[in-house]
Amino acid sequence: MSAEIKQQSMPIKAGAGWKEIPWGGVIPQGGTARAFNVGGWRSEKPVWNREKCINCMMCWLYCPDMAIMVEDGKVAGVDYDHCKGCGICSSVCPPRVKAFEMVPEHE
Amino acid sequence: MTVQPLTVEREELATSGASSEFIEIRWHGRGGQGAKTAALLMGEAASGAGKYVQAFPEYGPERMGAPVVAYNRISDGPIMLHCGIENPRFVAVLDISLANQVDFAAGIPEGGALLLNTSLTPAQAREKLNITNKSIRVYTVDASLISKETIGLPIPNTPMLGALNRVAGLLELEPLLASVRSKLQKKFRNKPEVIDGNVEAVKRAYLEVQGE
Amino acid sequence: MAVNKQSAAESQAMTGNEALAEAMRQINPDVVAAYPITPATEIVQIFSSFHADGLVDTELVLVESEHSAMSAVIGASAAGARAMTATSSQGLALMHEMLYIASGSRYPIVMPVVNRALSAPLNIHCDHSDTMGSRDAGWVQIYSENAQEGYDNVIQAIRIAEHNEVQVPVMVMIDGFIISHGMENVFTLDDQTVRSFIGPFKPRFPLLDVDNPVSVGPVDFTDFYFEHKRQHHEAMVKVKPVILEIAEEYAKISGRKYGLFEEYMLDDAEVAVVVISSAAGTTRYVVDKLRRAGVKAGMLKLRVFRPFPAEELAEALQHVKAIAVMDRADSLSAQGGPLFAELRSALFDLPKRPLTTNYIYGLGGRDVPVADIESVFNDLLTTVSTGVAGPKVRFLGVRE
Repeated sequence: MSAEIKQQSMPIKAGAGWKEIPWGGVIPQGGTARAFNVGGWRSEKPVWNREKCINCMMCWLYCPDMAIMVEDGKVAGVDYDHCKGCGICSSVCPPRVKAFEMVPEHE
Repeated sequence: MTVQPLTVEREELATSGASSEFIEIRWHGRGGQGAKTAALLMGEAASGAGKYVQAFPEYGPERMGAPVVAYNRISDGPIMLHCGIENPRFVAVLDISLANQVDFAAGIPEGGALLLNTSLTPAQAREKLNITNKSIRVYTVDASLISKETIGLPIPNTPMLGALNRVAGLLELEPLLASVRSKLQKKFRNKPEVIDGNVEAVKRAYLEVQGE
Repeated sequence: MAVNKQSAAESQAMTGNEALAEAMRQINPDVVAAYPITPATEIVQIFSSFHADGLVDTELVLVESEHSAMSAVIGASAAGARAMTATSSQGLALMHEMLYIASGSRYPIVMPVVNRALSAPLNIHCDHSDTMGSRDAGWVQIYSENAQEGYDNVIQAIRIAEHNEVQVPVMVMIDGFIISHGMENVFTLDDQTVRSFIGPFKPRFPLLDVDNPVSVGPVDFTDFYFEHKRQHHEAMVKVKPVILEIAEEYAKISGRKYGLFEEYMLDDAEVAVVVISSAAGTTRYVVDKLRRAGVKAGMLKLRVFRPFPAEELAEALQHVKAIAVMDRADSLSAQGGPLFAELRSALFDLPKRPLTTNYIYGLGGRDVPVADIESVFNDLLTTVSTGVAGPKVRFLGVRE
């Protein structure tokens, strides 16, 4: 890898000048969505109830933001940094289980 | 083999008013008869013998049977011009039945020549086609017959190549045949009979072409 | 015209399209995607026979439009492939949107373009309205006078596009039919020489490098878009010395030397014609004729139109009294053609400016005979003797 190209691999910082960012808009890192906090977009948040949950994993499957945290194959909670509060987890949770409750953000 | 040149000397041509730095040729035929291919073959043969060449057709709607025109420039030095040819010193006609629609002699400068594919003698052809300009020389060769007898098909362009080289005093017979053979060998690797037939056609037309 | 030291017997008689296809065979790109269009069809048609004969290792993708061809080449380039296509006229116009994606993403794609008039009315013959319409698409544009230059330029274009300080796509032009379908002597290099000259492709951020994942084509709003365009601008500034450096290297392997433009009999010229592509050959012929008659005539043939070598052109033309700028495209600004506008601007900072006139010529393949170029020089001589340039924009070879 040439010096020129290495220089192009540095992380992109907000407010960086044109000499400090990679050419052509390429983002030379994987998983950059992790660094982008969208939790502030929520007006309602899903509150998960460990007692009710049957670990059917429907919420994990449907969550568009991969915000359902999993440990050892079981649901472990909601990643509020990346949950936008869309409520999909709550609506796909089986009616007789209802492990999610959507709660207004300000409460 | 020594073959008499049919053409006037280069120096004489140089005073004919047209440019002396290169020879310009125009080909007439019908779509499908191979006028464009004749010009390309001429270019390949001459370049193979160390000449600088141009070969280009005049493009229009491409229809079988419609009049087709193609051109060559041939020179000992690099050719810079990239414009059409208005005053070709040599004009080769693959099909004289085009005479009703095309003026074969158009633009030929004094001392230039018209080579016709026909079984007629030059004098008969001059009369039949009403070519009154005596400063244009007329040559004839039965290229269609030669191609039928050597290649087995009525495709007059390869024999015309032989006749034109003699008329224009371009390539001598041996280098011409060597160049044609080597170009055809690349294209027809698996058909040696095609190569031999075409080379024979070039040779026969070179020897059989008649002047006035 | 780059001068050969070899004899014609070492050349091959090739049409312009054959010469470009041969260059592509020797380059052996990883991916070629294309859609046919007259008069560029033959390039990929001939290349596809090389492909069928197993002479190249290329993945050949035949797509359903030029928009798709450029899209496929962009995808291939992003994946890390050396990718090429070829097109002309309406095909280039259909690609227009994707040209910006290629250049803005900084993919070093090389594309031969056979210059052809744009419809309407429908025309298949040569003029430069197609590529002049893409002049601001962020590609390097290199114009070729003949088949030899087309061949040489395509090989050099690979190095220019892929240069570490450039990383910008390059289009290489030849004139439709006049060059694309005209047979001329072409001196080719051997395969090994071409391959070691271009070297292996080193993509910057190949998507197929799964150990180093990257994102391409991100949304780039008010926060960074401007910075990326500023980078692209800088790349175009850096292209000029890179083109000259690569031309120098190419001269060593080929004996043919190229610049940003060619000056012919220009040093002491009082009148000069500035021209692009095949008409330069005819102009050079007229210059020779005029020189024999004692006229101080010269020519400047522009090779690189993008980036525009403004300072170099001003330097080369500053001593000329009257200049005719030949445009084979009318920008329809009612102020003349694109070359005229840019060249006049380039001359603006000179302390003493040459008198300039624009000639729109050869539209839709209209032939440019020797007599027409002679008439341009006659006009220039009148300009010099009267000191008046006359009408700013003139038309050469159009019927009144």
